[in-house]
Amino acid sequence: MDKKITPLSKFFLAVIFFILYAPIFFLVIFSFNSGDTMYNFKGFSLEWYRELFQDTRLLIIVLNTVVVAFLSALFSTIIGVLGALAIHNAKKRQTKNTLLSLNNVLIVSPDVIIGASFLILFTMAGIKLGFYSVLLSHIAFSIPIVVLMVLPKLMEMSPTLIDAARDLGASSWNVMTKVIIPFITPGIFAGFFMALTYSLDDFAVTFFVTGNGFSTLSVEIYSLARRGISLNINALSALLFLFTLLLVVIYYFITQRNKPSGMGVRKR
Amino acid sequence: MENKLTRSLYRIPYLLWILLFVIVPILLVLYYSFFDIEGNFSFINYQKFFTPVYLKMTISSFWYAFLITAISLLISYPTAYLLTKTRHKQLWLLLIIVPSWINLLLKAYAFIGIFGTYGAANSFLKMIGIGSRQILFTDFSFVFVSVYIFIPFMILPIFNALDELNPTLLDAASDLGASKWTTFRRIIFPLTIDGVKSGCQVVFIPALSLFMLTRLIAGNRVITLGTSIEQHFLVTQDWGMGSTIAVFLIIIMVLIMLVTGTRKRGV
Repeated sequence: MDKKITPLSKFFLAVIFFILYAPIFFLVIFSFNSGDTMYNFKGFSLEWYRELFQDTRLLIIVLNTVVVAFLSALFSTIIGVLGALAIHNAKKRQTKNTLLSLNNVLIVSPDVIIGASFLILFTMAGIKLGFYSVLLSHIAFSIPIVVLMVLPKLMEMSPTLIDAARDLGASSWNVMTKVIIPFITPGIFAGFFMALTYSLDDFAVTFFVTGNGFSTLSVEIYSLARRGISLNINALSALLFLFTLLLVVIYYFITQRNKPSGMGVRKR
Repeated sequence: MENKLTRSLYRIPYLLWILLFVIVPILLVLYYSFFDIEGNFSFINYQKFFTPVYLKMTISSFWYAFLITAISLLISYPTAYLLTKTRHKQLWLLLIIVPSWINLLLKAYAFIGIFGTYGAANSFLKMIGIGSRQILFTDFSFVFVSVYIFIPFMILPIFNALDELNPTLLDAASDLGASKWTTFRRIIFPLTIDGVKSGCQVVFIPALSLFMLTRLIAGNRVITLGTSIEQHFLVTQDWGMGSTIAVFLIIIMVLIMLVTGTRKRGV
């Protein structure tokens, strides 16, 4: 393959990167506008940020979002790890494939369908729409992601490790806590992290199952944006952009940590 | 040694999840699709779905999803190809992925500002002498914003497929006298078709169903299957009709998955 990039291709890539980032920086720049429109930059001010931090309603919503994200990531990681073990330990190939297909249903389903079907489910079950319905649905749609993060780690674990542990007299519980769990820890972390970001980012499912009293950040942004431009949202998006960058850095380190350990195993 | 029963107890939470949140919801959607707005059992929703109003909506939703997928592919393939040739390709790829992590609603909101009557796009059009136009709340803005949002998701699988391509194959092709176009058509594209397929899959299905984009960007000009489901469930409260459209969306989804094939060979 010729490694040279022509100036034309460089230009093409530059245009793509410009298009991808321009809207984001556009939002961030106008968050410092002292005026109140997104087209006329009057002067620099931090007024919108001040307003943002004084808005207690919004701060409560942020808190709600974070609580739901952490709780749902925690529960979905626990159930997801158990699920990955169940799939891994399934004796028959048929069972394994069926479980895996069922696992992936919620990953490929469009959010509207997940949201609508959960809305029916909660209404039929008599669960009041609000915090618990949102938390339950976030746990539900995060579980398959955790499974998919943990399963490859289980696959690459050599079965001889478990045989060796058993030969040396380890009980099932010891095998689980001293051999299997430490080995798949990177996968568990990755799963927890992905569950966290999915929950923080979700709009459509939450929109369906949230009642009147409870709101998450995405739902709030949607209802604000439907009312039109308000530079509050710009200030919020600038902060969220910084937060996203932080998440990407964390994600980068998690994946970097995963790689060497995986390679190390193959060498043995 | 513990008996078999207690050793399989750990499966219960996961299997319960599959039952309650995977199987039951799909069955409930199917069940509700047989009830009209008054709660009587009937096939009226299916009859309604095959009237011109709903068929037209389905076809236009398909058409938009197709347009969005095609344009995303046309932009993403060359981008992914050029990215594999850059020196720090993993870093550049990361920079492509970062925007996809940013909340979708914020990106849509940015375009409300950019495409608005006095927005950046219109000032640019005025500057080059075209004059201001209505951009927001048109089908153009809907397609543009959707493509903008989906590009990273399309680039990623194509990039991975191109990255796995064995470069000696390309050397062999050029040694045997193949032109660049022949090499692309006969070697590069066929070997990366799996990446293209999974890219199309992750774009097409959401393009049929993202209702917030049509609401925020397209006004009421574009109604996709997703918008229609949301409308029936949350606005008109006609859950039966909403479920019927959802049933069709599920069927379409399964068909697309079958066409674009299973990405991973066995587990």
